[in-house]
Amino acid sequence: MKNFFASKWGIVAVGLAIGVLAPLLQYWGNPGNMGVCVACFERDMAGALGLHRADVVQYMRPEIIGFVLGSLAAALLARDFRPRGGSAPIVRFFLGLFAMIGALIFLGCPWRALLRLAAGDGNAIAGILGLVAGIWLGTRFLRAGFTLGRSQKTPAAAGLLLPLLMALFLGLLLLYPQVEGEPMSGVLFYSLKGPGAQHAPLLLSLAAGLAIGALAQRSRFCTMGAFRDLLLFRQIHLLTGVLALVAAAVVVNLALGQFHPGIEGQPVAHTLQIWNFLGMLLAGLAFALAGGCPGRQLFMAGEGDGDAGVFVLGMIVGAAFAHNFGLASSPKGLGPHGLEAWIVGMVFCVGIGLFMRNRTQGA
Amino acid sequence: MAEIIDARGLSCPQPVLDALAAMNRLGAGTLEVLVDTEASKENVSRAAASKGWTAEVQAGAAGEFRLILNK
Repeated sequence: MKNFFASKWGIVAVGLAIGVLAPLLQYWGNPGNMGVCVACFERDMAGALGLHRADVVQYMRPEIIGFVLGSLAAALLARDFRPRGGSAPIVRFFLGLFAMIGALIFLGCPWRALLRLAAGDGNAIAGILGLVAGIWLGTRFLRAGFTLGRSQKTPAAAGLLLPLLMALFLGLLLLYPQVEGEPMSGVLFYSLKGPGAQHAPLLLSLAAGLAIGALAQRSRFCTMGAFRDLLLFRQIHLLTGVLALVAAAVVVNLALGQFHPGIEGQPVAHTLQIWNFLGMLLAGLAFALAGGCPGRQLFMAGEGDGDAGVFVLGMIVGAAFAHNFGLASSPKGLGPHGLEAWIVGMVFCVGIGLFMRNRTQGA
Repeated sequence: MAEIIDARGLSCPQPVLDALAAMNRLGAGTLEVLVDTEASKENVSRAAASKGWTAEVQAGAAGEFRLILNK
């Protein structure tokens, strides 16, 4: 069966769909220029679980749950569910952890960088340039033979673990819904103010997440891959999807009155351009070495890739560290220990890029 | 005997990198690429087409794919 979504127009259609849905999610209640942000939302989930106690960023985001479960459903329907794992999982855990720290220095994942740009936030430009620079560095390592090694087929139970975890999170969210004015409901933490308190209605968030998850699984949509394939192969397939996303988001933001061009006073953003650049450079390098942007890692986890699941867990733990140890930036600027964390992250990623090589070719 | 690239278990973009390297080395002829995900199948086929190679997909055992590239 021909997979329409893997075609030239398929990836454009998926980019358009995400570009429409993300600003709508913001319109329905998600934080400013954060209709979808994989890094921010995983950080909020870490907060909902009490892994960090930054009280303004705590919410069990249904979009992320939907991404994984939508991908799982699409993969099962298309007979594309392939449980696999064992390709340097501990390295992927730390790549996820440092990718998150880089993203939280910038204040957003590649998806949010694009959405910030599409809403007129000029600070996103330095972030996207940093992202491309980090991916470029990653392609140098790939060219030199960098590899995390082969994965193996695993029993379905292993491939289902991260989707089951997300289903459990959804169960907790339904069992312990937010109580007006209360910072806790059952075992879940909720924000009373700040970005964590801003969210679209649960069912809309979940439905949008499921739709995006299914579409992205079929199309292999990946924001990192878009730039990587351009730099590595001069291929623009994935990039057309990303450009479609930005174009659609600009139009919808204009229509909804959410387009505010400028540098100062942008929502959940800071104006330290060097750190916007460097934060995303670290994140882009980590995504490139791990073979997918944070969204793509969720979709791969949904189709049974346990290594992608480990990357996701690394991101969630990285978010907890970022807020417990003052590594994350805020609209006021860099976190008190953001610099040290960035250096450690770069040393780790460059070291991994240099030392994990020797891919053998052929049979 | 066609050259065989075993890209099973390798994650993106390594199957494409290996296949492109082999296509560049051979220039023309027949090349077999083994992959085990739909995404790799699509990516290698797309890369082959961009270099003017035809790609024939044979479904192998246990969800694997054998791609026969020709130029």
